[in-house]
Amino acid sequence: MEAAPKPGSGAHVKGQGKKQKPRRYWEGGNDEAHPLPDKGSKRKWEERPQPKDAQVPKKPKQMREPRPKQKQELSSKQTQKVLRSKQTQKVLRPKQNLKDCNSDQKQELKPNQTLSGAQDPFPGPAPVSENAVNKFRRGGSKFVTKQPLKLVTKDKLKVAASEEEETSVRAARAELLLSEEPGFLEGEDGEDTATIHQSDIVEAVDIASAAKHFDLNLHQFGPYRLNYSRTGRHLALGGRRGHVATFDWITKKLMCEINVMEAVRDIRFLHTETLFAVAQKRWLHIYDNQGIELHCVRRCDRVTRLEFLPFHFLLATASETGFLTYLDVSVGKIVASLMARAGRLDVMTQNPHNAVIHLGHSNGTVSLWCPAMKEPVVKILCHRGGVRAVAVDSSGTYMATSGLDHQVKIFDLRGKYQPLTARALPQGAGHLAFSQRGLLAGGMGDVVTIWRGQGQGGFPSLDQPYLTHRPHGHIHSLQFCPFEDVLGAGHSRGFTSILVPGAGEPNFDGLESNPYRSRKQRQEWEVKALMEKIPAELIGLDPRNLGEIDVISLEQKKKERVERLGFDPEAKAPFQPKQKKKGRSSTANLVKRKIKVKDQEHREQVRQSLQQQQQQQKKLQTSQSTGPPPSALDRFKR
Amino acid sequence: DISLLPSGSLLALSHLGKAVDSLKDFPQSASEDEEAIDGERNHQKLLEKIGYLDGKNRLAERSEASLQVSEFSVSNEGTGEQLDLAELLGPIKSSSSMGTVKKQLKKVKNKKTVDLPLSKEERERISREAAYNKISQDMTKWDPVVLKNRRAAQLVFPLEQDGVLENCIGEVLGSWKARTPLEKEIFNLLHQNKQPLTDPLLTPVEKESLKAMSLEEAKQRRAELQKARALQSYYEARARREKKIKSKKFHKVLKKRNDKKILKNFEELRKVDPTSALEELAKMERARIQERMSLKHQNKGKWAKSKVIMAKYDLEARKAMQEQLLKNKELTQKLKVPSDSEHDEDAEEENGLIPDIVNEVQISTDGPNPWMQRNHGITTKTPPIQKEPLSSEESELEEDEKANEEEEALLQELIERRSLRKGSEVDQAPRRTEETEEVLAELRTLSEQINKKAKKRQDGEQSVNSSSAVSKEPSIQREEQPSLDERPERVQTMEALDTLGLDEAVQEQKVLEPEQEHRPSKQKSPLKKKKEPMAALHTIISGKTHQANPLSAPIVVEEEDCDEDATQRQIIKEAFAGDDVIADFQKDKLEAEKASKPKEIDLSLPGWGQWGGPGLVISARKRRRFLVKAPKGSARKDQCLPNVVISEKRNIQAAAHQVNVLPFPFTHQGQFEETIKVPVGATWNTQRAFQKLTAPRIVTRPGYIIEPIKEKDVESSPSHWAHQPYRGKARLHGYSPPPPKERSIKESPITHQLITHTPPLLPPQKKKKNLATMSTGDEASFWK
Repeated sequence: MEAAPKPGSGAHVKGQGKKQKPRRYWEGGNDEAHPLPDKGSKRKWEERPQPKDAQVPKKPKQMREPRPKQKQELSSKQTQKVLRSKQTQKVLRPKQNLKDCNSDQKQELKPNQTLSGAQDPFPGPAPVSENAVNKFRRGGSKFVTKQPLKLVTKDKLKVAASEEEETSVRAARAELLLSEEPGFLEGEDGEDTATIHQSDIVEAVDIASAAKHFDLNLHQFGPYRLNYSRTGRHLALGGRRGHVATFDWITKKLMCEINVMEAVRDIRFLHTETLFAVAQKRWLHIYDNQGIELHCVRRCDRVTRLEFLPFHFLLATASETGFLTYLDVSVGKIVASLMARAGRLDVMTQNPHNAVIHLGHSNGTVSLWCPAMKEPVVKILCHRGGVRAVAVDSSGTYMATSGLDHQVKIFDLRGKYQPLTARALPQGAGHLAFSQRGLLAGGMGDVVTIWRGQGQGGFPSLDQPYLTHRPHGHIHSLQFCPFEDVLGAGHSRGFTSILVPGAGEPNFDGLESNPYRSRKQRQEWEVKALMEKIPAELIGLDPRNLGEIDVISLEQKKKERVERLGFDPEAKAPFQPKQKKKGRSSTANLVKRKIKVKDQEHREQVRQSLQQQQQQQKKLQTSQSTGPPPSALDRFKR
Repeated sequence: DISLLPSGSLLALSHLGKAVDSLKDFPQSASEDEEAIDGERNHQKLLEKIGYLDGKNRLAERSEASLQVSEFSVSNEGTGEQLDLAELLGPIKSSSSMGTVKKQLKKVKNKKTVDLPLSKEERERISREAAYNKISQDMTKWDPVVLKNRRAAQLVFPLEQDGVLENCIGEVLGSWKARTPLEKEIFNLLHQNKQPLTDPLLTPVEKESLKAMSLEEAKQRRAELQKARALQSYYEARARREKKIKSKKFHKVLKKRNDKKILKNFEELRKVDPTSALEELAKMERARIQERMSLKHQNKGKWAKSKVIMAKYDLEARKAMQEQLLKNKELTQKLKVPSDSEHDEDAEEENGLIPDIVNEVQISTDGPNPWMQRNHGITTKTPPIQKEPLSSEESELEEDEKANEEEEALLQELIERRSLRKGSEVDQAPRRTEETEEVLAELRTLSEQINKKAKKRQDGEQSVNSSSAVSKEPSIQREEQPSLDERPERVQTMEALDTLGLDEAVQEQKVLEPEQEHRPSKQKSPLKKKKEPMAALHTIISGKTHQANPLSAPIVVEEEDCDEDATQRQIIKEAFAGDDVIADFQKDKLEAEKASKPKEIDLSLPGWGQWGGPGLVISARKRRRFLVKAPKGSARKDQCLPNVVISEKRNIQAAAHQVNVLPFPFTHQGQFEETIKVPVGATWNTQRAFQKLTAPRIVTRPGYIIEPIKEKDVESSPSHWAHQPYRGKARLHGYSPPPPKERSIKESPITHQLITHTPPLLPPQKKKKNLATMSTGDEASFWK
């Protein structure tokens, strides 16, 4: 029962969770297997900065744990099952790196015996399950080896393969440090979780988590748009009648509250919580955390929706005039301004996987945009009526849309763009939002419904709602809070924070988006993020495109070279028959000879392929035949 | 020319020789006065006579006509024929003495004729070839090394690491055995004391003690160490501070104290360690010599001269001068080695020689002059037999003590004043004062110790005063012990900080009770269904519509006052929804397809080859003929996806960032992509993996000379040859397999002969050297 520490107070938290006995150096043990967290270094997986024991996000866990037992159970059984199955699976043990001892010495020094004589109870590197390793592999090889490779090539490929193996094993092993596990509400024998009220959940969870469910009664300034910062720590609210406020929603500490005296269409945090953009009636304005107007971007006028692409530092704006404009907030320049040719744009979302912007149009299509292309990369016809809301899940695999035809559909974004499920709702969903762990929230009138997928990584099934809630007003915007089990809903009467167990990612990356970061850490991160900024033109459907060779220009170059040289230096010279005398070099003869050579080559090829086939068959036979070895007397068999 | 001589002419020649001899004896009587004709005749006669000397062999008359006239009358019968060896051998058959010649000639006969020597160019070429083969074969020994280094993920230069830690420690220690008696003895001792022999880390006792040592103890120990360190730094700071003090009085007092201490130390030293005491003495002697050599303390400097002027009126100045002189005397005083009676006498004798002033001083040591008593120790440096009366010594001691006390008082006063001044000057008061206080306490304790020691000094032995400085460290260390007992102060507890956040959260959270005014109005608009051309698209768009399950939760769709008109619009929209959406989309798609298709080019010129004028029609045949058909592009990505339009345009800007050449060893783009697919950055990897992936290819250890690989290193390490899977198979870039051994040489016998017979191209040692240089040069180029 502890309150979440304030971000400023930072380091000093008294209650240490587990008191670990300090390891002495004479106690045997493998350092590789149990890396002690190194506070000095700032690396990602191995030394994921666990911000003190008390600060590690126990909140979601605590929130889920104390459900009244007669109603629900934790899904810990499931997780246990998963764990057990992991253990039984094939276990990878990478080769031991015994560089310092030769083979002779290895025999003398037993592997589990250290110099000091202490016994290592767990000799060798820690075992890793293959499933976990596969998660970090980068996909199989795309090419097929037809001819024997050059030695150098073979060497390089081998090195690359071993590198991949090693890095993925290491990453899998470092998963041990992800201490938190997600959980869900589970109804007791046939009970529908959708009937569970927020008040029930609030009663069941600890105080800190219960404090995360709250209502803000702001009925004066009209329906509210909201946005959580990337760390999930800060919340920006923008009322349509000009009310703009940002605050640390966990401690409820107000950062700024102003009235811009103009209609507010949308509000969005930029890369940090110190800056936010507000789409006002005419222009786009940028304020700092004290509410001071820093910029008024007049090139973005009549903006209806805002999206911020954090890795590219791009603020995408969709306007009434039908323009999609990308503003680079790091340099303050407009990168691209694209005419969508589809009238007023008021449905927009981003694909967090590849930073492609999805726009919903009134003709039932959803178009996908990237700043380097003047036309939509993909255009999908989703609904009969206009598209009302679009949402893309965090892995960039699924897109949920809702249209004027009262349907909610989920599309597969992996190349096919086909609907996976669809469902007609009584009034259709006006707003959709995906959570980090794949829950889908839909706002229908003044009802919020949350759907949940069946398995890990699957799309939410729309048959049965997971939770429902009715805030006091008409829903105007929805967003799940990152790293928290909280859904924020802005409505006509203010703002409601709804507890949704299992919504947020339990383990955060301390170097990427740390909810508990201090000012200094934030500044550090800002510099690093700026240095790692991705150019806007790299946005495309497949972010891995950069790792591929540009085949078209490769071929183009080759062609140009051939043209320049007048011959193809890499091509095999065609057979040219020798000139012979005494009338043996007649045209017919030449052609005959050419054909002869060609046939010969062909025959050679056929022979080789046949041989290969035969060898393969032989191999198969030898592997299949496991009977007694043939004896000399077999030849007399009939 | 043997072949030209007639068969019997060898004998004839010998006769000829005799004839010539006899000719000399023959008197030449008429040769002088007779005429030329006579001479000719005489010559003829002589010849005849010579001919007749041998009765048997008379010169035959030339009878045949011949082209070549020989004066020896050789027949020229077989001029065209060659002489046969058999003919030559024929006559020698009988004589045995010719046997050897015969054999030799036979040998000559068996031998074939030698071919013409090869031309110079050819010879050179062949030798070059042979040399190249040999050297290239030699060079192959570098191949495995080069290959290994090329394939190495990381090279650390210098490549030859000092092999100190090659083996495990345990291995080294385990194999080591005591051999020499000394070693054995040491081992025995170690065994007895249960010291670790093979396990170098800890003894069992140590291990146990370490285990027994609790955290508290460890902490305590650490605190002690910290304290000690802090104290040391205090002392250092104090020393620095004192060094800076400009007050002469202070330094004087300090010096005196030091001198005393040194004296005391010397005394102690004499008791404990006479040899080192002697050394000290030698030092003092040295100082004396230096003093005598220099003009210091002789009242001759600038300062002294000024003082001389002042001395008349100023008592202080006089005193100072006197002090200077005294010092000079002290220093120039010859030391007396104890227990030497002769020297004593000498000294007495010397006393007479020494000028009066010096004597005065010496004599008056026992006198009433108080400041002369201080060098009492030196002046009465006499063997222990000559004991001075106790009373005098006691009085002296008392005086000493008094002086000490005075000094201490002075010192303290000075220091306190300084500290006060500093405190007033700078207002960082608390710490400074604490520090100074500590220093003061230190000084006090030090002075106390000095005093105590001075009291303890009671035996009659005297000590020599010297100006040489002795460090005061041991006393400091002794001082530290008591002060180590102090514990570090506790840091403030943080318990108060906890509840803050909670309180705020609780305070802030107010559950507001909003008034509810909602009008329930269920709405459902009928979906229009129209027949569309594409059934597939239809099905996709309509999907499998679930009937809205009656939710267990009370979901009542409600509307809001302010959004009344919006909903109205929505209703209208819904009513017209689905009218032309699909058709529009299909049209769009068709247009996109058309736009992306490559176009055909019509090259037909109207009016070419036919009548022009109005109503010109190009015939279908002609049009077909001049139509350049567009290449058939690949199928569209959205060909089978009726509800999707995927743009076929390429993102050129992104392509600019892509790799557009295939790097060297790869022949297929997939291979290259395979090698770059693992990201290297720290964002995607664990720290270790990141470090490993970004490790530099070549590391040079600073401060080490990187020398080229030597030949012997390569030869000595057979491991290079051990793994060599590529030998003779395929060619690596820059790697050529060794040529099959000596094949080229054996193929041509000529070259073989040549190589075996011709002298080596280079003298052996020179050749080797040359080879070595070549190889190293090659190696160097590899590293580049």
